Amino acid sequence: MTTLTLSPVEEAPTTSRAVVRPGMLPTPGTRQWIVACPVSRLVPGRGVAVLLPGSAQAALFLLPNGMIYAVGNLDPYAGAAVISRGLTGDRAGDPTVASPLLKQVFSLRTGVALDDPEVALPTYAVRVQHGTVRLGLPR
Amino acid sequence: MSTPENPTGTPTRTVVVIGHGMVGHRFVEALRSRDTGSTWKVTVLSAEADAAYDRVGLSSYVGTWDRNALALSGNSYAGDDLVDLRLGVRAEHVDRDTRTVTTDDGDVIAYDDLVIATGSHPFVPPVPGHDSAGCFVYRTLDDLDAIRLAAESAIERAAAEGREANGLVVGGGLLGLEAANALRLLGLTPHVVEFAPRLMPLQVDVGGGAVLERLIGGLGVNVHTGAGTSSIATQDDGRLAVELSDGTALLTDLVVFSAGVRPSDAVARAAGLDVGERGGVLTDIACRTSDENVWAVGEVAAVEGRCYGLVAPGYTMAEVVADRLLGGDATFPGADLSTKLKLLGVDVASFGDAMATTPGALEIVHTDATKGTYAKVVVSDDARTLLGGILVGDASAYTTLKAYVGREVPGDPGTLVSPAGIDDSALGSALPDDAVICSCNNVTKGSICGAIAEGACDLAAIKGCTTAGTTCGGCLPTVKKLLVDSGVELSKALCEHFEQSRAELFEIVVSTGIRTFSGLVARYGTGTGCEICKPTVASILASTSSDHVLDGEQAALQDSNDHFLANIQKNGTYSVVPRMPGGEVTAEQLIVIGQVARDFGLYVKVTGGQRIDLFGARVEQLPAIWQRLVDVGMESGQAYGKSLRTVKSCVGSSWCRYGVQDSVAMAVDLEHRYRGLRSPHKIKFGVSGCARECAEARGKDVGVIATDKGWNLYVCGNGGQTPAHARLLVSDLDDETLVRYIDRFLMFYVRTADRLQRTAPWLDALEGGLEHLRAVVCEDSLGIAADLEAAMDRHVAGYQDEWKAVLDDPEKLSRFVSFVNAPEEADPTVAFDESGPRKVPVLLGLPTIRENV
Ligand SMILES: Cc1cc2nc3c(=O)[nH]c(=O)nc-3n(C[C@H](O)[C@H](O)[C@H](O)COP(=O)(O)OP(=O)(O)OC[C@H]3O[C@@H](n4cnc5c(N)ncnc54)[C@H](O)[C@@H]3O)c2cc1C
Repeated sequence: MTTLTLSPVEEAPTTSRAVVRPGMLPTPGTRQWIVACPVSRLVPGRGVAVLLPGSAQAALFLLPNGMIYAVGNLDPYAGAAVISRGLTGDRAGDPTVASPLLKQVFSLRTGVALDDPEVALPTYAVRVQHGTVRLGLPR
Repeated sequence: MSTPENPTGTPTRTVVVIGHGMVGHRFVEALRSRDTGSTWKVTVLSAEADAAYDRVGLSSYVGTWDRNALALSGNSYAGDDLVDLRLGVRAEHVDRDTRTVTTDDGDVIAYDDLVIATGSHPFVPPVPGHDSAGCFVYRTLDDLDAIRLAAESAIERAAAEGREANGLVVGGGLLGLEAANALRLLGLTPHVVEFAPRLMPLQVDVGGGAVLERLIGGLGVNVHTGAGTSSIATQDDGRLAVELSDGTALLTDLVVFSAGVRPSDAVARAAGLDVGERGGVLTDIACRTSDENVWAVGEVAAVEGRCYGLVAPGYTMAEVVADRLLGGDATFPGADLSTKLKLLGVDVASFGDAMATTPGALEIVHTDATKGTYAKVVVSDDARTLLGGILVGDASAYTTLKAYVGREVPGDPGTLVSPAGIDDSALGSALPDDAVICSCNNVTKGSICGAIAEGACDLAAIKGCTTAGTTCGGCLPTVKKLLVDSGVELSKALCEHFEQSRAELFEIVVSTGIRTFSGLVARYGTGTGCEICKPTVASILASTSSDHVLDGEQAALQDSNDHFLANIQKNGTYSVVPRMPGGEVTAEQLIVIGQVARDFGLYVKVTGGQRIDLFGARVEQLPAIWQRLVDVGMESGQAYGKSLRTVKSCVGSSWCRYGVQDSVAMAVDLEHRYRGLRSPHKIKFGVSGCARECAEARGKDVGVIATDKGWNLYVCGNGGQTPAHARLLVSDLDDETLVRYIDRFLMFYVRTADRLQRTAPWLDALEGGLEHLRAVVCEDSLGIAADLEAAMDRHVAGYQDEWKAVLDDPEKLSRFVSFVNAPEEADPTVAFDESGPRKVPVLLGLPTIRENV
């Protein structure tokens, strides 16, 4: 098992923002921050999968406008960990990802399946610091 | 360009053109195509090292960084001996007495007539520090390269310092906002400083400017209006400290000046030609300067004292001078300065008397703060005649409204900007026949409706016979409306991001040379795309070039299958299919396939297309699998793509006692020729060596069946959900003609079919059906055969194995991991059940409860 880097919360000074902006702001309260990858590793418009502690998985996306979002990687319709390999885009301006298997479309902001509001992917807070992307987990 | 020989054999006169910009090029083209007697020899001097390119589309260079994509067609005059184009050569001096031009490389060129087409250069206000390192202008490809370099190093520096990199644009006009968008695309946070109290002061009024500022501000552009730039000073850390007249100080990584342009009239001034009050080479309405053998066209010309900063009037001037040189008497009719554009995704349009300067003019305004729209029409004092208007946020009514300028509006003009949105449907049909719909090419409603009456039934046909919509495309919605009004059913928009069909987008890509999705959606669509339009555009881009499908921005457009060059299966693993052309495989290759399957634990199945499918590979295993297959001379079978799948064949005359032709050799040749061709849907072939048809070729998109005289060609069949028998296109072809016809057929299909439309429904929908298809393919009835063949030749020449290209490219290779933060880890959710007769994937439970963290 690869060791995942966990780092304690360190509130970033407000001035040190990078060009890329996290799409989901962290909710108040302490959390663990998992190092995902350098921003430069992300291809705009595509996703990567991130392994989380306890074998959960997140799908992390950089959109061409610089926003970064993270949602669950498990496709709830197919039961396979594939969301990170879906195509991004928007529906009426809402950023989306479509499952590569049966093409259900999910909001990257809320995780909700747009044609089936009962179903949703979990969403994760994202932070970019010194060129490194981290995902926030509830403690 | 073919020009008949002049009776005396050699041209008698020489015209020298200074400047090879958009207008200079247009002049040369106009002269050469009309000078059927070859009376003129042309020498063109171009200070830029690039031959004429699309400066209007300059901003689309950002991201592609492909100079060729912007080249104007025909700009090298290849094969035309009468044009001598000298790139990177500047005209230094004109001697009107001896009629010579001296160049900066010391050449002296004699002219009979001289055309000055030197355009404009950006105006840089003389603020202290304006020439510091890090200050740029926005006019040429070289300028953009320089900005890019600076932006990239700024981003690096900023990232190291843990801050945002930013850039400042001086000037909030049309070009300034384009420059700001370019900075944004480069990854900088843009600031715009505009001296006037609003953005785009020349085009929009105070109200429109306010809405525009809000919309643009909402997109992350920081706007500072009503402020001048007082000084620029370089700091110790290399950044620039910019002080504004209102006391604001900004720290920025780079500055782009976009504060207007000035005519490049220095050479003309030095030659003693008259210039306009505000600069520019003064001409009469024939574009003739104060010297009867010297002409001026484009942005440098001050026609009767007035300069025009748009390309369309320049083109008209070019045509006028070409006509004059050939003895005509054309004059410059003045120009329409209306503008419609999309800046950072925000529609802005202004037309006619937008500022209501006509005495007694009345303005009717509607602002919707929630929707972010501003609409104003200017009408005459009796509220009847439309004089002009401004639209911000939604400019869909632009073409129709503009066509009404100077005419009486039917009904209450207030409804033109009613809160219900502008209802231009009634207006469209009420337009008089002489109203101009396409102002780029001056096409009236009458000629468009005439074309529809004569049978033009879609946008492509109307464009073809009237040229409407072929330049900026802005009038296409109105043209479409005219079509719909006339009762013509139109093909569906691709998706919410593109109103166009796949075939229309294909045409746009081919004719504009736009090579990126972002460029295409910015100019012809809305939003950021989706799982429908992205793969469609990816396929069009792949059909029109030989770039690897994972190169640059294209990587982000590919469906998961094309992204990983393998077929995704229900548990997220992939299947791998090496190509076996015509079903042929060597013993050595079969052994390696077996070893690969064993070593990686893959499930093996023989496909219907005479090849072998290996199931259950995880993303991170793909490259290792490919490497072993590539090592024994195998390559990708593109089973994952909407592209040529297989060419199935029977064993043919070399082994079979009934065979009359060598079907295997033909199948292998065809598969090698068309492998990798991206298309609207998958394409399958079959080749049978005799009429017994063991390859089931008539169930394929292209079926080839041997006869004793050659080959019969069948097209547009398929198996699958709605089986269709292929239909006989033509009989008894020799090998060479067969290949040529298949080239034409496939390219014609690739260019004109809808997304996911297989060949059979495509043929059903094709007007004129099989007869028409036969005429196009076998008789070249549309005159496009050479073009289709050339496109196929380019495809064949550019083919590369997609697997090998990834194996050779460490950057692409690095994407083949299950987890970005644990590249060595296998995905723990992937599991198989091997207890039954065959290996099958096991899926996870399906959580459907929302569990937001
Ligand atoms: C970013 C941008 C966006 C634009 N958008 C639009 C738009 O949406 N719509 C529109 O209508 N217009 C637009 N324009 C304006 C349009 O590009 C110009 O009107 C058009 O290019 C003018 O053509 P031209 O041939 O007169 O000049 P140019 O295209 O400037 O060409 C002049 C050429 O002459 C060369 N030259 C100058 N002096 C010499 C010399 N002494 N010897 C040899 N060569 C010389 C220059 O280097 C240059 O290459 C835009 C311009 C820019 C920069």
